[in-house]
Amino acid sequence: MYRYTEFDDAFVRTRAAQFRQQVARRIDGSLSEDEFRPLRLMNGLYLQLHAYMLRVAIPYGTLNSAQMRQLAMIAERWDKGYGHFTTRQNIQFNWPALKDVPDIIDALADVGMHSIQTSGNTIRNVTADHFAGATADEIADPRPVAELLRQWSTDHPEFQFLPRKFKIAVTGAEADRAVIRSHDIGIQIVRNDAGETGYRMIVGGGLGRTPMVGKVIRDFLPAADLLPYAEAIVSVYNQLGRRDNKFKARVKITVHEHGIDAIRARVEDRFAQVRSQFSGVDQHLLRDIEAAFAPPAWKTADTAPFDAAQADPLFRSWADTNLSPHRNPDYAIVSVSLKKPGATPGDATAAQMRLLADLAETLGHDELRISHEQNVILPHVHKSDLPALHAALRAADLATANIGLISDIIACPGMDYCALATARSIPIAQKIATRFDDLKLEHEIGALKIKISGCINACGHHHVGHIGILGLDRAGVENYQITLGGDGTETTVIGERAGPGFSADQIVPAIERLIHAYLDLRAGPVETFLQTYRRLGLSPFKAALYLEVRANAA
Amino acid sequence: MSRQFTPKVITANALLEGDAIWLTAEDTWSRDIADAELIDDEAHAQLRLLFAQSQKDRVVGAYLAEARADGGIPQPVHFRERFRTRGPSNYRHGKQLAS
Repeated sequence: MYRYTEFDDAFVRTRAAQFRQQVARRIDGSLSEDEFRPLRLMNGLYLQLHAYMLRVAIPYGTLNSAQMRQLAMIAERWDKGYGHFTTRQNIQFNWPALKDVPDIIDALADVGMHSIQTSGNTIRNVTADHFAGATADEIADPRPVAELLRQWSTDHPEFQFLPRKFKIAVTGAEADRAVIRSHDIGIQIVRNDAGETGYRMIVGGGLGRTPMVGKVIRDFLPAADLLPYAEAIVSVYNQLGRRDNKFKARVKITVHEHGIDAIRARVEDRFAQVRSQFSGVDQHLLRDIEAAFAPPAWKTADTAPFDAAQADPLFRSWADTNLSPHRNPDYAIVSVSLKKPGATPGDATAAQMRLLADLAETLGHDELRISHEQNVILPHVHKSDLPALHAALRAADLATANIGLISDIIACPGMDYCALATARSIPIAQKIATRFDDLKLEHEIGALKIKISGCINACGHHHVGHIGILGLDRAGVENYQITLGGDGTETTVIGERAGPGFSADQIVPAIERLIHAYLDLRAGPVETFLQTYRRLGLSPFKAALYLEVRANAA
Repeated sequence: MSRQFTPKVITANALLEGDAIWLTAEDTWSRDIADAELIDDEAHAQLRLLFAQSQKDRVVGAYLAEARADGGIPQPVHFRERFRTRGPSNYRHGKQLAS
């Protein structure tokens, strides 16, 4: 994987030293909060409901074991022994004291990590397919491109004060696991008829208050033009984006208001201007970065132990749900679920982080990934090592076999932590997962994505959940609105609102009614919830959701 | 006619820990809402808020929050303020540890 150059290291150390002094000046009173706030946000430090929160970037979700161990150390030494993995493949520490944050940032720099541009109206952490470099279905590993974009966007002098935050995601496969159509810029590595590799550029997607599906601005961008084209898009947005109204400031609104054709024309004009400023040095840099992401030396061994382990029903169940096809047929991609029913989605204790680091080091070519679905991925595990890996995960309570199932829920921190939240998310996720675990229906239900956000900003991606739940404050009471039929993949659809919301007590029974309706309505066990919904539309599900409510009212 | 003023407390986050705190009648800050000054006069509330906001080396983001007296002791009205008095619901972290 990519290692910091001397330049990167010096830059991060300089920023860390500057922030140490800024914190000292805030504590001694020489900086006011109004002066300090933009400085702390540039370094990912938020003030939440109960404490400060530090958001640390995990670029394209990739970590090595030393980095994961350092996160564990930070969690233990300066936090409450755990960290929270987010839908932007970042990690958040929920309880740091202000005076300790400079030490935490130094500790991050020791392992080539930082929290720069994890907040503010800048280009944020670039995300990528969490199966990058491992999956059987990709054209190329998207991470070198993501790293190039990170180097270009970090401290980019023109883009530190954009109209609003700006998020980029990259995938190298047709199957979209990186939600690229819900990003400000989504990039898909594609191949044209001539066999050349390039990029499909998508712009103006987003969730939040006004959800929009991204639109293709260039169907095939030659590989060498990536940075000048990205720069052209962001600079057109920087000029046109609405600074008069925060709610209309994202590029999705700019694209919506001007139309994709007008935006494309402006971007192409700008591209013609800036292209010559890129001398090609970026392409040399990309070659170096690509070399850093060369695949590991695969091991050769007999996969018989994997086949033999299938006799164990626990192993088999886990293998069925938590393994994905690897580019090397003797390997598998392992998804480690952080969604044990009743647990907080995305939380890992320091002990769990250390165990995952050890397993990555001994059995996984020293690589870990964080998925936007808030799980940890071991991307390269030889099949012969899977039985041992499973046993180690079981011993640490990390072998929950639920990837892609109803209890594998995305949930934002919600009003348990977040100062912006309008309702809680975590307890709803806990209750749904626990309820369906009790019912033993999870495998019967099959593929189903529930995504929960605790406010309209949609960090929990509720609009693209097959079942989306949005927590709101309705006259001083937590209220949960359901959307149905959303999809965050290559066939992205924004879910439809089902109707009036439910109270915290009513929401789990409502989800249960929905699921029973699906089980009754589906054409057969292979038809997923989303397929059934697409075949039948909202009305039968709406009837199931509101039947009981109406009966009670009558 | 303007709306009738409802009782308030002044709350903020402590600068150093970020913890939720409340302004007392003695011009100090407490980590327990029970110690807060319950304010039922609008003009007085504005004066107290100005005082709170002037304490920039101790507190962040001071604001007026709805409160009610329960046996003479201030209690939060809105669920968000209630959560601030105890901490998150997924772990026994924050203030609920002490109670």
